[in-house]
Amino acid sequence: MSLLPFCEWLASTKGSIALHESLYIYPLVESVHVLTLCVFVGTSLMLDLRLLGVALRRVPVSEVTGRLVPWMVAGFVVMFISGILLFYAIPIRSYQNIFFRLKVIALLLAGANAWVFHNGVQRTVARWDRDLIPPKKARFAGAASLALWAVIIVCGRMIAYNWFDCDMPQPPLIKWAAGCVDRQR
Amino acid sequence: MLLPYFQWFETTTIGTAIKNSSWAFAVIESVHLLALAVIGGAVLMLDLRLLGLGLRRQPIPEVAREAQPWLVGSLIVMLITGFALFSSEATKCYYSTPFWVKMTSLALAMAFTFTVRRRVSFEGDGRVRPIVLRLVALVSLTLWFGVGAGGRWIGFSG
Repeated sequence: MSLLPFCEWLASTKGSIALHESLYIYPLVESVHVLTLCVFVGTSLMLDLRLLGVALRRVPVSEVTGRLVPWMVAGFVVMFISGILLFYAIPIRSYQNIFFRLKVIALLLAGANAWVFHNGVQRTVARWDRDLIPPKKARFAGAASLALWAVIIVCGRMIAYNWFDCDMPQPPLIKWAAGCVDRQR
Repeated sequence: MLLPYFQWFETTTIGTAIKNSSWAFAVIESVHLLALAVIGGAVLMLDLRLLGLGLRRQPIPEVAREAQPWLVGSLIVMLITGFALFSSEATKCYYSTPFWVKMTSLALAMAFTFTVRRRVSFEGDGRVRPIVLRLVALVSLTLWFGVGAGGRWIGFSG
């Protein structure tokens, strides 16, 4: 099953066209997306570094999460909404972009990592709250989050480049990965 | 007046190498963005603390000490990558209003961060009035916001 027809329909809607052709709204949404990156990734970075036992070692983990998570959530919500709008403005090209696809996969993995951390080792945080170096599972969650968000940021930035776009000659592997389809003439 | 210098930057080895490569700009830009996330975290952590919204139970000097190496480290990465990006399109930057907004904000932000903000946060809560702490945080956030927004907007102009 391909989501291409859905993306084609999305691209034909009035809102998508308006956003795509707007002089200021699209750049504005893009700016909001990048600036909330500071709020969300910046604050999760601090939590990840605490989980790795690298920064804020004297602050109990529960206090770092208690204080920073509201900012992470707020940052994520704005980042997510602005990201959806950016996709909505350019659905087909984004869908057929290998960096966009990689980014979505990394996002899902980051979500899974956060879920596992939250429902796993974080439940026993009382036992290791003040450890200078948290247990292995917590360190793994921190490291995985750092790596995945780095991938997400790099892929997100690379979406802007057209090296692997379907409208250019591409090797079969790229065509497959990007989901390019040969148009009937 | 500065234009000849800007044009000269584009003729340097770094400038031409980046301009002639199809991927160098993208890679450097990505590193620039990664460092942006780090600097955002380092600035926000201390400013939120100064505003009384962050790690409230930790003394301000300690939060400042923790944030300092990340701030300095990411700033160095940002300056190096930013300079490389700049040298590949210096002439475009010269004619870009967002570029000048960004550079002005950056100069002010760095000057403010390493003088007033540094001094105030290492002094701590007891000796500085809360209203001053909040003001310092707001000025810092505004200046760094100017840097980020200006930077993003360079890409949209020209």
